[in-house]
Formats: sequence, structure tokens, C-alpha cells
Amino acid sequence: MVRLTRHPIDYHTLTEQVRRGNCGAVVTFLGTVRDLTGDKVTVALDYEAYAGMAEKKLTEIEADTRQRWPVGDLVLQHRLGRLEVGDVSVAVAVSCPHRAQAFEACRHAIDRLKELVPIWKKENWADGSTEWVHPGS
Amino acid sequence: MMIEVHLFARARDVAGTPRLSLDLPEKSTVGALRRRLREVFPGLVSLLDRSALAVNNEFAGDDVVLAPGAEVALLPPVSGG
Repeated sequence: MVRLTRHPIDYHTLTEQVRRGNCGAVVTFLGTVRDLTGDKVTVALDYEAYAGMAEKKLTEIEADTRQRWPVGDLVLQHRLGRLEVGDVSVAVAVSCPHRAQAFEACRHAIDRLKELVPIWKKENWADGSTEWVHPGS
Repeated sequence: MMIEVHLFARARDVAGTPRLSLDLPEKSTVGALRRRLREVFPGLVSLLDRSALAVNNEFAGDDVVLAPGAEVALLPPVSGG
């Protein structure tokens, strides 16, 4: 399973990949590049990763999610490089027997990803300036 | 012992390099490495205080002892997703 990619995320294939006969629910979350942060206009985002550790953390989040919910299957994929407004930066697809479990498992996986995985984005603002995003500053 | 530190995002831009080698006494801790980074890059201090350090691809607290050849990375607050 490729977890980091420089190519567009094929979320249709990822969603199909987790479908199971014993699972009545599939939830796919897509993170997409937003055009506005406050009143500042984004043209593009540049994503970079500490790749080895990012892969490791994504694998751990997958295992942790499987342990907490009755997951049929689960995939996490994050895109790196330059993304423009509307592009998909991250996808989480998960199947479970019932929908509440699938929603919770998907929420858990994306929340942990945003908290733990060493990936960073740089804003390319419409005025030509750039800024790394480091939450908490 | 020489310890190589990988830098990312704004930390790399401020330091002006993706990697640097620091000469530290044997059995130095992650905390000692942090202090050295503060001395070498005063401009990094405020970001450094909010950053995690990783040793061999795992988050490492200040009390972790560094072994020669350890892979160390300075990780500013992450913003994936």
C-alpha cells in the first residue's frame, strides 16, 4: 500500500479497495486545498514529509484504528509536492460492519494523522509571499 | 561523536540547510542536542521550543540518550492533512 505519493490521489480506487462483503458501511474522507484562510487567498500549497517516519506513523495509525474498531479494511494516503486549490491532499477510506463504527474509525485516523505524522505544508499566498504552516504559533 | 540532524519546513529555511552535523560528547541526550541547536541557530529558538525531536524515526523526549550514528530529525509543529 502506497501511503505517500507525488501523484493525484485516486480516491475512487482507494474506496473500492476497502469494500468488503461483511461491511455495510464505507466512509471516505478527503482533505482538499482550500482557497481562503481567514481573509488570505491561497494559490497553492507545497507539502513535504520526513518520509521514513511519516510512513511509519501512518502504519501505526492504521494498526491502532484496526485495534479500536471492527475494521474490514482501511487505507491512508497523503500527497506531497505542489497542490492547487481543490486538489486532494489526503484520503482516508475505511469499511466497517456498521456506519457509526466507520465514521468513528475514519475520524480517528484523520485526527491522528494531523497530530502525529511529520508532514508540513507551505502556503503560497496570492500576493506572492510564502509561509510554512506550524500550528500554535 | 558526530550526530547528523535533519531539518524540515521553516526550521530548514531558517538554518539554510536540510542537514547539519553536530559534534557532541558521547552519551549526550536529546536535551543537550536541543541546547546546542539553540546556540548554533539563535534564530531558531522560538520554533525549536515548539518542535519535537525524533531519533531513529520515533519521537524522543529530552532524556533520551543519543548513540553514535543515530538518525535525528527536528520536527516543527506538523501541518499535514
